[in-house]
Amino acid sequence: MEVDQLQTDLKAMAREVRCDVISSIAHLGIGHIGGCLSAVELLTVLYFEAMRIDPKDPQMPGRDRFICSKGHAGPTVYAALANRGYFGKEVLLTLNQGGTKLPSHCNMRLTPGIDMTTGSLGQGFSCAVGAALGAKLAKDGARIYTLVGDGECQEGQIWEAAMFAAAKELDNLIGFVDCNRLQIDGPVAEVNDVAPLDQKWAAFGWHVIDVRRGNDVEAVSDAVKRAKANLGTGKPTMVLLHTTKGCGMKWAEDLGAANHNTAVPADVAEAAIRALREEV
Amino acid sequence: MQMRAVYAEELGRLLERDPKIVLLDADLGKASGTLGLRSRFPDRIFDCGIAEQNMASIAAGLASYGFKPWIESFAPFASRRICDQIAISICYPGMNVKIVGTDPGISAELNGGTHMSMEDIGVLRSIPGIVIFEPVDEVQLRAAMPALDAYEGPVYVRLVRAEQPAVFGEGYEFELFRADKLREGSDLTICVSGLLTRDCLDAAAELTREGISCELLNLHTLKPLDREAVVASARKTGAVLTVENHNILGGLHAAVLEALALERVPVWAVGVEDRFGEVGKLPYLRKALGLSKEDILAGIRRALQLKVEN
Repeated sequence: MEVDQLQTDLKAMAREVRCDVISSIAHLGIGHIGGCLSAVELLTVLYFEAMRIDPKDPQMPGRDRFICSKGHAGPTVYAALANRGYFGKEVLLTLNQGGTKLPSHCNMRLTPGIDMTTGSLGQGFSCAVGAALGAKLAKDGARIYTLVGDGECQEGQIWEAAMFAAAKELDNLIGFVDCNRLQIDGPVAEVNDVAPLDQKWAAFGWHVIDVRRGNDVEAVSDAVKRAKANLGTGKPTMVLLHTTKGCGMKWAEDLGAANHNTAVPADVAEAAIRALREEV
Repeated sequence: MQMRAVYAEELGRLLERDPKIVLLDADLGKASGTLGLRSRFPDRIFDCGIAEQNMASIAAGLASYGFKPWIESFAPFASRRICDQIAISICYPGMNVKIVGTDPGISAELNGGTHMSMEDIGVLRSIPGIVIFEPVDEVQLRAAMPALDAYEGPVYVRLVRAEQPAVFGEGYEFELFRADKLREGSDLTICVSGLLTRDCLDAAAELTREGISCELLNLHTLKPLDREAVVASARKTGAVLTVENHNILGGLHAAVLEALALERVPVWAVGVEDRFGEVGKLPYLRKALGLSKEDILAGIRRALQLKVEN
């Protein structure tokens, strides 16, 4: 496939994933819409381009793994998994309903394709470091991808794990910070500023790739390729994705910090999906 | 032989046998007795430094990859300090991680109140899916290690590091989920685990001179508790004393009370009475915190009195 064609397809797929995130959350009428939408492009690039996976064999030995440490972005992972063929898209509408396989926060025992249970912030990142260590021990060549929130970087455990990953030279680990600049109580910079993240990660011994357009599939795809090229350097890579919380759904973007976990009216969701489809 | 040396020796055997086993510690390899294993298994032993939370979640990540991690630290830092990591990274997804907490309760001695876990059993017991095991002596620990390895799921091991007086002899057959009856008796049942077991045996032996017949159950596995053994013994003797190196709230006493909730049997407790520990050597601490043999003897008499009044 030509590069341009692939980028077009990724863009179209990101739109599809975004529509599915909105419709699955709006079906129950409430959810973590903001932080789910900021991560759409990353999940699209990972599941449709970067990762060595097999939807027919979710437990394939030596597969690449994605661990969503900001576990509340589960609905975005589910939308990517469904579009990738791990399960039917109709399952997305069961999100957060009693008995569902798709809980708000990722659960490896419930959902095909989910490799780690996450939701208590900071822990999933350490688990990803453990998985990267496991891949090194198993010598299976797998890469471990993990996503943390910028607010999540306030958790001390993140930095314990950052230190360990660099010390153990886990260059098969590629992390992403979803820098959407908002957390539940307000702007990250006001609640408890985590800046400068680039200098912090570099000081902890990581390669740092700064992506100004974190909701642009082309920019994300390019960053992932550069991160993959760091294998063999003995250093893990952190990609800082500068994103917009609620990206692609103006109503959610305008809510600001209030979009973290909010009621999503059906008519608003329908209008947002219609607007996205009309972009084509 | 020191209990930590027994633990390290048996863990070494497991590491030799199974390449999936890995060991993580948090700057306490020396204290845990496992430092010597590092040169033998350099690729499978990791010092996480002083970062217990990270250690626990890394273990979960390794377990998700099919490895069988053991993690170790002092008991309070292997339990209350990493409670959420044990709950969410390890127990919620049912990860096969063994957690070794050393020097529980007053056995922390000179490290004092900050290092004295009076609450580890209580904290962990309410987390679904975890097994809690507390060995008494070398024989029991040696017998338990392969069984702990064979059990696929999270286990917390409450391990005193120092040498312990022998309780079990040759031919001991260990079953992880079955209590050991150390002594048959008819007047009262003593339920004990870990550090104070030998003293309970001695106290029971002393009282035979007075014609008091104590039954002694070693509840080495505090969760899941061998309820059948506890209920059957309590029904037989009609009185129970629990003895523990832990806060009376939330620990062995609480577990036994839960098992006996529907039985009309008085249950008295010897244990730490809802207070923090303090610095000192064991003989002082046992007196100061009400865990001496005299306290056990007094507890037996109190339970027997309650039985008469019942």
